[in-house]
Amino acid sequence: MSLYVRRRIVNALGLALSMLATAFGLFWLGWLLWTLVAQGLPWIDLSVFSQPTPPPGDAGGLANAIVGSLLLTGSGIVIGTPIGILAGTYLSEFGRKTRFAAVVRFVNDILLSAPSIVIGVFVYELVVLRTGHFSGWAGSMALALIVIPIAVRTTEDMLCLVPVSLREAAAALGAPRWRVIFAVVYRASRAGILTGVLLAVARISGETAPLLFTALNNQFWSLDMGGALANLPVVIFQFAMSPYEDWQHLAWAGALLITGGILTLNIIARVLGRARNIE
Amino acid sequence: MEQVASIPATVAERILQRRLRRGYLADRLFAYTTWLFAGVVLALVLAISVALLVGAWPAIRKFGVGFLTSADWNPVTDTYGAVVPITGTLVTSVIAMIIAVPVSFGIAVFITELAPRWLRRPIGTAVELLAAIPSIIYGMWGLFVFAPLFAEHFQPWVIEYIGRLPLIGGLFSGPPLGIGVFTAGIILAIMVIPFVTAVMRDVFDLVPAVLKESAYGLGATTWEVLRYVVLPYTKVGVAGGIMLGLGRALGETMAVTFVIGNAHQLNSSLFMPGNTISSTLANEFTEATGELYTAALIELGLVLFFITFLVLALAKLLLLRLTAREGERT
Repeated sequence: MSLYVRRRIVNALGLALSMLATAFGLFWLGWLLWTLVAQGLPWIDLSVFSQPTPPPGDAGGLANAIVGSLLLTGSGIVIGTPIGILAGTYLSEFGRKTRFAAVVRFVNDILLSAPSIVIGVFVYELVVLRTGHFSGWAGSMALALIVIPIAVRTTEDMLCLVPVSLREAAAALGAPRWRVIFAVVYRASRAGILTGVLLAVARISGETAPLLFTALNNQFWSLDMGGALANLPVVIFQFAMSPYEDWQHLAWAGALLITGGILTLNIIARVLGRARNIE
Repeated sequence: MEQVASIPATVAERILQRRLRRGYLADRLFAYTTWLFAGVVLALVLAISVALLVGAWPAIRKFGVGFLTSADWNPVTDTYGAVVPITGTLVTSVIAMIIAVPVSFGIAVFITELAPRWLRRPIGTAVELLAAIPSIIYGMWGLFVFAPLFAEHFQPWVIEYIGRLPLIGGLFSGPPLGIGVFTAGIILAIMVIPFVTAVMRDVFDLVPAVLKESAYGLGATTWEVLRYVVLPYTKVGVAGGIMLGLGRALGETMAVTFVIGNAHQLNSSLFMPGNTISSTLANEFTEATGELYTAALIELGLVLFFITFLVLALAKLLLLRLTAREGERT
């Protein structure tokens, strides 16, 4: 009987601890979001969206940083996604079991979690040193390098979900392989790939480290991808670390904007993904 | 009559042939294109390694192995040693894993074994959202919200009671600054929890239901099923998940840069400010003047890339072993 009681106690204890761990994890999420809303919301007004970053002590907003971030994220996605999708197509459609594909898959999974700051250093050497100045293009290249492994992974996963019978049916109708892939495989996995792209957008729009050495920052209104470009993460970093209170307020407003955007994207991606599963 | 009929037939055949050939050519072209881009992924890793090596070369030639064994980092005299940032990177990551592994295990157990079905998805999603929040947000929150509270309510107590113990006391001494190596470790822990949890959850789901059911059938409690069936079956995968989390923690930059204090000094106390490879890069790279300074920083990046590559490769190999075994079984 005592053994039985002891087993019951150990069981209850273990399970209680695991519930505690879950509460612990969710606690941080709640606290973080609460902080963001409490600290950021009071400072969000129209001028945040309409005025460029101010010198300390002046009124201003984040307009140039928001536009810069959109430019960088957009071009990063545009450069990175096609490369990733094509490489993912190779892994799923052509090289599925070859040794080359296995190596690429392995390396890609490592790139997926590689430190983004190292990618920043890499692009700095490759582009910034060569051209002699920081530029938006360098920033978008760094972001594209982060997008590629995400796109490769999702594309491969999503294409593998397409039933072989669909491909066989198309092939039996006489379609060449590339038509099978474009007209059937891609079409069937459209929602899944889109989900992956949305997640990649969410991931790179908050990346700060790779932009520090590439796009840097620009205090003024600029749409020139060839020069240093303001962007939300780096502005948040500089303003938050500054001793000026109004800069810190803007940093919190930017933090709320960026997190709100990223969480929304994540939830949209999830809903999209789920709709596909039910289908 | 026969001839007249056969001419259109050969024409049709020829058209068909041409079409087939064109389709075949397009197929080859498309296959090669995708192959090329798969090669790009591979070339990327090589290019990163080579570029870092080239950039770091002046420092490698000047300091040799001494770079990895010297703790002297002084831009004024142009001497650089990486011991402080490397130690900082390893120590913060170890602290993070000590906190994150048990918590992630608990969450994974809760989601896979305990939670009612309707609760599984919301909790899983919430934990995953923790991974979606950008690292700079963790940094700001850590510096402005967490660190002051930590310094006021937690650190004095720990310094007062645990700081006096022999052996481990020295780790928790000094002034309650709020920021420092230990704080960085805690923030890192929160950041890697979702990654470790996700892997653990996935591998726990791989355990065949029959195995668990037979253990329950023998009268085992939920905890015993976990301890003696689920964990032994998935231990390779769990180790892979831990390695994946470690890889993430090692390379994390912005959050650490905010809260670690950025001091080039070794300290026996975890409550003192320190430095990591990535925070050194974030702070000093754009301000570095002189070839040697920049090269030393790039060499730091190379060291980081090398360490994370090893850890992540190990993670991947461990996870592959589990799924390979899974393949044999089914």
